[in-house]
Amino acid sequence: MRDVAIIGVKNTKFGELWDRSLRDIIVEAAIGVLDDADVSGKEIDALYLGNMSGGRFVDQEHIGALIADYSGLSKNLHIPATRVEAACASGGLALRQAIMAVASGYSNIVVAAGAEKMTDVGTEEASSALAAAADREWEGMAGATFPGLYAMIAKLHMHRYGTTSEQLAEVAVKNHKNGSLNPIAQYKNEISVDDVLKSIMVADPLHIFDCSPITDGASALVVAPADIAHKYTDTPIYIKATAQASDTIALHDRRDITTLDSTVMAAKRAYSMAKLTPEDIDLVEVHDCFTIAEICAIEDLGFAEKGKGGIVTENGETAIGGRIPVNTSGGLKACGHPVGATGIKQAVEIVTQLRGDAGKRQVAGAEYGMTHNVGGSGATAVIHILSRER
Amino acid sequence: MSSVPRFWRNLGSRYNLEGTRCDECGNYFYPPRNFCVNCRRSGQIEPYKFKGTGEIVTYTLIHTAAEGFEGQAPYTLAIIKLDEGPRLTSQVVGDPEKIQIGTRVRSVFRKLGEDGERGMIYYGTKFVPAEE
Repeated sequence: MRDVAIIGVKNTKFGELWDRSLRDIIVEAAIGVLDDADVSGKEIDALYLGNMSGGRFVDQEHIGALIADYSGLSKNLHIPATRVEAACASGGLALRQAIMAVASGYSNIVVAAGAEKMTDVGTEEASSALAAAADREWEGMAGATFPGLYAMIAKLHMHRYGTTSEQLAEVAVKNHKNGSLNPIAQYKNEISVDDVLKSIMVADPLHIFDCSPITDGASALVVAPADIAHKYTDTPIYIKATAQASDTIALHDRRDITTLDSTVMAAKRAYSMAKLTPEDIDLVEVHDCFTIAEICAIEDLGFAEKGKGGIVTENGETAIGGRIPVNTSGGLKACGHPVGATGIKQAVEIVTQLRGDAGKRQVAGAEYGMTHNVGGSGATAVIHILSRER
Repeated sequence: MSSVPRFWRNLGSRYNLEGTRCDECGNYFYPPRNFCVNCRRSGQIEPYKFKGTGEIVTYTLIHTAAEGFEGQAPYTLAIIKLDEGPRLTSQVVGDPEKIQIGTRVRSVFRKLGEDGERGMIYYGTKFVPAEE
């Protein structure tokens, strides 16, 4: 296997981009990333695109081909383009496919992109499309919603470990603060614990401010063999680990409702591949689709003892400048959550940080960063560890 | 929802809590599985009708309803552990105040939802606190 590096990154603006189509935003990300990597279209061997639900959101499937076409990679170059789907983990999986293609020697220069255009349909329709990431037959038929599933995780976490609504709210407060420093973030307003607790209840104990929003956005990366990365950039960022794991599609079938075993297993595989421990990681982008999800994630990734995620958050240990900064981008909560793009956006943030280009969000001296991307209520987890040094 | 065949295939499970059991390892499955996750190809799957008694593992009161459930909000959704072992996701009807983690419940036959004013009406299982 060959070492792999990321040589280019690009995020579009995240938000409700009513004046722009799915192809508009992906083309912006694709063209932008080739600029950033200083790569020409002719040099690209393959394109992997994470997209959860183009069919439901914009009535379009076959998005790999569409994007290659509109990025100018089809008509003359005929570059292979593959769409990757694992619900909200689609982006993370697209990156993993790109890394494997390069590591295996099958491809040299590969684009990994992710995109979702969610606001062409109303909120009800968007929520219904997202609900397809759970077990439609045995969760959906009972009236389960995504906030409902995560609310059941939260309820048990609170019951078992004494986690409080205020601690959940602290996750949103921190992520909004980080988002306020991120030019592409959907929400740049700071909020208070009180704002969260006073916002409407969606599924007890989760308020609307405990939930990530509906977002349009696209992100892209270029990966290349580490041996030639310096030809394209002075600051290649190296892939130390890529790991993926599955778990039951339905929450009720899990070994433990408050633990995402897919995260635990993917993390175990990633740490072992990178020969690193949680103590070595300087910052992490986790999948905070709901505030409780961030608390479970930092526990399941080994940054907090099981049950202590709320306290660790409350103590400021996950803030920029804390022991382990979590979601410097603003996370899914404040930066936004265009489901297919999220896994790529997380890697863009880590690359930006490791390059030292994160401005006011910069984690001083960061050497190792991690991304953690989840599909559904935890049926898929994909983790990457990135490093400044080869 | 809105697929008659898809719903019809599972009527037994939805109306009567019919699941399966693996004779090889003794594990029960609800929702039914036709392939044992423990024994895989060496499993022996048999039908099994659950007693319908169990307890609440965790729950939530849903205020923002799922599509097709708007008329029922707020409703209590729970993960219930059946006495035979498997867990399932279901609504619990009755006074939300009486619903706690650990509350004993039993199954009842109820309307689940409908596809608009003229569409199919879906029936199935919900749960109530055991003493009701």
